[in-house]
Amino acid sequence: MDRRKYLKSFTLGTVGAGVLLESCSTPKETPTTGATKHEFTIDRYKEELEREERLQNETFFNEHEMKTITVLADIIIPRDDKSGSASDAGVPDFIAFVVKDMPAHQLPMRGGLKWLDVHCMKHYGNAFIDCSEEQRIEVVDQIAYPEQAAPEMRPGVTFFNRMRDLTATGFFTSKIGIADLGYMGNTPNQWNGVPDEVLAQYGLKYDDRTNEICVRY
Amino acid sequence: MTAFQIKESPEQYDVCIVGSGAAGGMAAYTLTQAGVKVVMLEAGPMYDPAKNVTQLKWPYESPRRGASTTLRSFGDFDAAYGGWELEGEPYTRKNGTQFDWFRARMLGGRTNHWGRISLRFGPNDFKRRSIDGLGDDWPISYDDVKPWYDKVDRLIGVFGSTEGIYNEPDGIFLPPPKPRLHEMFIKEAATSLNIPVIPSRLSILTKPINNSRGQCFYCSQCNRGCTVYGDFSSSSVLVKPAIATNNLTVIPNAMAREVATDANGKATGISYVDKETLQEHLVRARVVILAASACESARLLLNSKSSRFPNGLANSSNVVGKYLHDSTGASMSGFLPKLVDRKRYNEDGVGGMHVYTPWWLDNKKLDFPRGYHIEYWGGMGMPGYGFGFGIQNVNGKFPARDGKQKPAGGYGASLKDDYRYFYGAGFGMSGRGEAIAREDNYCEIDPNTVDKWGIPVLRFHYKWSDYEVRQAKHMQDTFEEIIHKMGGVVTSTKGTAENDYGLAAPGRIIHEVGTTRMGNDPKKSVLNKYNQAHDCDNLFVMDGGAFVSQADKNPTWTILALAMRASEYLIDEMKKQNI
Repeated sequence: MDRRKYLKSFTLGTVGAGVLLESCSTPKETPTTGATKHEFTIDRYKEELEREERLQNETFFNEHEMKTITVLADIIIPRDDKSGSASDAGVPDFIAFVVKDMPAHQLPMRGGLKWLDVHCMKHYGNAFIDCSEEQRIEVVDQIAYPEQAAPEMRPGVTFFNRMRDLTATGFFTSKIGIADLGYMGNTPNQWNGVPDEVLAQYGLKYDDRTNEICVRY
Repeated sequence: MTAFQIKESPEQYDVCIVGSGAAGGMAAYTLTQAGVKVVMLEAGPMYDPAKNVTQLKWPYESPRRGASTTLRSFGDFDAAYGGWELEGEPYTRKNGTQFDWFRARMLGGRTNHWGRISLRFGPNDFKRRSIDGLGDDWPISYDDVKPWYDKVDRLIGVFGSTEGIYNEPDGIFLPPPKPRLHEMFIKEAATSLNIPVIPSRLSILTKPINNSRGQCFYCSQCNRGCTVYGDFSSSSVLVKPAIATNNLTVIPNAMAREVATDANGKATGISYVDKETLQEHLVRARVVILAASACESARLLLNSKSSRFPNGLANSSNVVGKYLHDSTGASMSGFLPKLVDRKRYNEDGVGGMHVYTPWWLDNKKLDFPRGYHIEYWGGMGMPGYGFGFGIQNVNGKFPARDGKQKPAGGYGASLKDDYRYFYGAGFGMSGRGEAIAREDNYCEIDPNTVDKWGIPVLRFHYKWSDYEVRQAKHMQDTFEEIIHKMGGVVTSTKGTAENDYGLAAPGRIIHEVGTTRMGNDPKKSVLNKYNQAHDCDNLFVMDGGAFVSQADKNPTWTILALAMRASEYLIDEMKKQNI
C-alpha cells in the first residue's frame, strides 16, 4: 500500500494506522530522509551553493524516526474539510532538512522521539508508531497541553512543543498551507488602502488629510 | 613554485573607491557623471537585483522556508550576502564588552537589503553639544547639507509627507501609501496619547521618477532587492548608471589590504588581494576614497602603517576607530484581539511601515539625553520559517472561534483552525534612538589576530552608558502604553533593569558610525568638513565613519548627501588642481 494512502486512511480514522503499518511491506520507495534534491529557483551565492550541496547529501533521521515524525505531524495537522494534512504538504521532508540546517534541533528532536518510544514501550509495550491509534492519542493528550501535563511528562511536552512548531511552520509555508491560510499577497498590485468593507467592519475611515496626501492608483 | 608577487595595474585611475554601498555608489555616480575615471574595489561578487532574484519567490522555494543561515543572517530571501559572522574574517572584543558587526560582501553592500527608511538629520542633530553639552557639534549645519538632501531626494526618490516639524525636515516627497489596518489602530491610540504618528519616509517609488526604474508594485519585499529597481539600492540606482558612463571599472572580490602612500605621505592607491585567485594587487589612483563602512574604513587606515604614519594613516589625532556608536534599539510585540478572524485581502504594501513616530518629547523633562523614533510592523504577512511558533502562548490566552477558551497547545483539526483564526492579529514596534558618541567606545586593530588573507582584524570595545539604558526604559514604557491603549496585549517579555530594558547589544541596529569623524580641529578629528583627511589631502572617507553624532535617524540618507557633497567638492578641487 502506498504510504500516502495509508496516511490518508489514518487521518480519516477508518483503520488503525498501526495495523496498516504492520501489514504494509516496507515501502520500496525510499522513505523520506530529507535527501530529496531541492531545485533552487532563488538566488544563491557561491559559498551558499557549496553549503546547500553538502546539506543535501547528509542524512540525519533514520527510517524509524521519519515514520514517527510523519505520524506525529499528521496528528498535529490532519486533513480537514479545508485542506490536506501535514504529510500531504511535505512537512516530514521539511523537518528532515531543517534539522540538518539547524543543528540546534537535532538533540531535542532525536532525544524527544526516543523519550516518546521509551514511554510507549513502558506503557503499551510498543514503540509509538506500533501502538494503536487510541494509545497514540492517549499519549499525545498527555504531552500536547503544557499547562495541564503531569510533571513527569515535561520532557514529552517540551518535545511536542517543538514538533508542533516545526509542523505548523512547515505546513503553513507550503503551497497547500498558504492557500489554506488565505494569504493573498506576493503578487504585483497597487495599494489603495484598506478595503472599504473592512474599514466599515471596524468602524474606521481615512481622514481627509490622509485621503488628500496619499498615493492613489 | 612561483615567487610571491604584487601585480601592479598598468592603468592609473583618477580615483580609487573602496566599497560600493551608499557612500561608494554615490561617489562613483557623482564622479563618473563628471567624466572622472574611477576604479571601485568591492570585497564581494557582482550583484544586480534584477538578475540575482529572490523577490516574489514563495517560502517553499527555500528548503528552510526562508529561515536565516550563517551565510544569510536575515533569512534565505534577504539580499545581503554575509551577516554577523563571515567565514575566515573574524573580529574580536575587548574586556568582556560586546559589539556585533554586520557585513555584506556584494556589489551595493548593505543597501541591497536595508529598510529604506530615509530620514534627514534636523538642525538640532548637527549641534547637539550646543544643546545638551554632550559629545561634539558637527563642523557643518543643516543648512550646509540641505541642498544635498534635496539633490538626493530628486535623484533617488523618497515618499513622505510635509509636516513642518522643526527637527524632522521635510524633503521633496513622492506621495506616501495609506496606512494598513493595524497602523490605523496604532495611529488612533498613539495620537490620543499625544504621540505623533505620521506617514513614513522611505526611498521607494510610489510614482515613477525616470525611465530606468519602475514604480513600486507593493510586494513588501524591499529587503530582497527589487527587480524593477523600485526602491533604492546602490547597486541598481548608483553603480549601474555609473558603469554605463564607461568611466567606472568595478573590480569584484577584491579585499582591500591597505592604502598605499608615497614618500610625501600622499595616498597613491590601494593594495588588495583577489579573493578568487589569492593574487596580490596594487591599483594606482590620484585620489583614494574609503567607503567600506565605518569600521572597515577605520580598519584600512589603522592597517596602513608606515614609518611616517606609525599608528596608521590619517591618524595623527589618534581618533581613528574612536567615537564608534550605533543606534539604540528596543522592541515590544503585541496581539490585538479585535483582529482575530480577519477578512483576507492583500495588505503587503511597501517593504516596511507606512507610518512611524518621529521623536516628540523635550529632553529637559526626561532623565536621558537625545531621542528615538518608533517603527511599527504587523499584519497579514507572507508566512515564513517561524510562522505559528509558540501557538500555546496564544491559543491558551484568547477564546477560539466558538467563543470558548481552550487549554493552551493541543493538536488536530481544532489546532489547525487556531492558526487561521489568529493569523494577522499580531503587531509590534521598535525604538531606534541616538546614543552618545564616546571616545572609549572604539574599534582598534587586534594585535594578535589576522583574517584568512593575513589582514589584522578589528577588536571592539563598546559599553552602553546609563543614558542609553534609560532611553530604552522609556521606549518600553511607551510601547506598553500604546499597546494597552489599542486594547492589545503585550506578547513579548517587557525589558527590566536586569537586561537593560531590552536594549539591543551595540552593533545590532547596524547604524554604526563615528570612527573617522569630521571636525574643524585636526587634533580631535580625522576628516575636515568635506570628508577629506586632515593629514592627507588626496584621501577621503565618505561612509558613516565621518559622522560626529548619529541622531535618532537612520544614517543612510545623510551618508548619501555627504558623499555627494564631498564628491562635488573633490571634483572642484581636481579642477582647480589642488589635488
